[in-house]
Amino acid sequence: MKWIFVGSATVVLAIIFSIILFLGLQGVRTFRDVSPVTFFFSTEWLPDENRFGAFSFFFSTFALTFCSVLMAVPLALSGALFMAKIAPPWMRELMRPAIDVFVGIPSVVYGFIGLTVIVPFLAKRTGTIGYGILPAAIILAVMILPTVLSVAEDAIRSLPRKLEDASYALGATRWQTIWRAALPAATPGIWTGVVLGMGRAIGETMAVFMVIGNSPQFPKSLLDSTTVLTTAIVKDMPHTFYGTTWNNALYLMGLCLLLVSLSLILFIRVVSRRGERL
Amino acid sequence: MNANRMADRIASLMLWLAGVTILCVLAWLLWRILAGGLPHVSFRFLFGRPREIQVGGGIGPQLFNSFYILFLSLAFSLPIGFAAGIYLAMYARQNRFTSFIRVSIESLSSIPSIVFGLFGLLVFVNWMQFKFSILSGALTLALLHLPVLVSVTETSLRAVPVSYFEASLALGSTKWQAIRKALIPAALPNLVTGVTLAAGRALGESAALIYTAGLSVSRRFPDFDPMSAGETLAVHLWYVQAESVVPDAKQIAQGSAAVLVLVVLLFNLLIAVPSRLLQKRLSGGK
Repeated sequence: MKWIFVGSATVVLAIIFSIILFLGLQGVRTFRDVSPVTFFFSTEWLPDENRFGAFSFFFSTFALTFCSVLMAVPLALSGALFMAKIAPPWMRELMRPAIDVFVGIPSVVYGFIGLTVIVPFLAKRTGTIGYGILPAAIILAVMILPTVLSVAEDAIRSLPRKLEDASYALGATRWQTIWRAALPAATPGIWTGVVLGMGRAIGETMAVFMVIGNSPQFPKSLLDSTTVLTTAIVKDMPHTFYGTTWNNALYLMGLCLLLVSLSLILFIRVVSRRGERL
Repeated sequence: MNANRMADRIASLMLWLAGVTILCVLAWLLWRILAGGLPHVSFRFLFGRPREIQVGGGIGPQLFNSFYILFLSLAFSLPIGFAAGIYLAMYARQNRFTSFIRVSIESLSSIPSIVFGLFGLLVFVNWMQFKFSILSGALTLALLHLPVLVSVTETSLRAVPVSYFEASLALGSTKWQAIRKALIPAALPNLVTGVTLAAGRALGESAALIYTAGLSVSRRFPDFDPMSAGETLAVHLWYVQAESVVPDAKQIAQGSAAVLVLVVLLFNLLIAVPSRLLQKRLSGGK
């Protein structure tokens, strides 16, 4: 019986290695025709003229992730503190399933709301097309909120009680205790939540696809049509044939996404291990 | 001292505000989706066939494909995820192999779904020649929620008090008997909740399925052939507003969004909440 279990666990291992292997082999073929410098640092994405510079995609991915995390973290962190320390039991019972529902809403539905509500709103307010990094960041902020919130809440909740007792015994108010004792002690766990949220934001595809405009260009402002790595893959895949440079370049983007998410996980491991030592 | 108390009051107020804001955002989202979409949902919409250029197409085949792909993918991933979870909870020792598996599971669960889509396209669609089919989609989806199933199994088994396991062993059972007869029944409510939430998420998955299950449906309905094309409802929602030329694309998209959210809500309320309550009663109201 035991060997069935060990076997299943090994299957999981085999899957991740085959994903890295297959995408890796397919992706690096791009470098036969395109130099890495061009791919990573040129903004010229003109597949018809055999120019494959993906810098705009990398830049937009980074900018979008940064903006969405910036918007999500304050609310998520306050929500986590609220649920862990302040909310009465009935409120907690209400918020727990609410957060499950947040996670459960499909990403295309978030994208559709962005497309039909947020984009027209921004277009009317600013007089631009309304597509771009800003609407995508708003949608993504809502989508990563539950991830950051629940991980941060777990981190705050699992702090040893004596920490707070000591703070209260010194005459601190509840807020002082939260701000000076609980929050610093929970920092590694909060970082884990933020990084996981970043991972979700980098990898999110469909919701972003529907609101970012999808022009393969460097964004001039937060409300300018652009493309991120994930949406570039979705948009270009039907126009390419297997084995062409264009097709390989898309796999290379997939490989980059994969490597980024793997390094985020390693980063989390390092941070949480440092947290344990404290 | 007074200033401190003032700060405390204000901070509490702000944190309450944050909690209420989060609930309000959710309520607004749900209202927006359901009020916009439910008027378009009818029997004909739910079970009718989609149309290419005319008004009044339904989502019958897409809805069917969503559940069929979900069912098939769970059939692939549940046994493996379950077994791997049991291994991690009950058998694994603290060694390099185990921690290696743990890192892989964490990494697997953080990989963007579009990357799974690319992998599925490369391996199942092109290499194994399954084409854009229900089978390709189901296999890809199985990979996607495998890590979730493993960690759900592990955490719900670990949540069962050790005394159950020890008592069973003391009665002379083998390790496997103890797991099967004592631990798994006690962990069942948590397991059901976790699997249901994972299934609800998988039902809304789109990025991994566009280039594995495809963007078209079989001409027959319902079509149980796993090799037929398998566009799901979530993919259809994207496709219909991005690419299709039907004049009522927006209504179809709104209706599909409402149906998707409704299914997720049903999964949450009908299965996850009762089993949580049951769990509460079993564990003595804690």
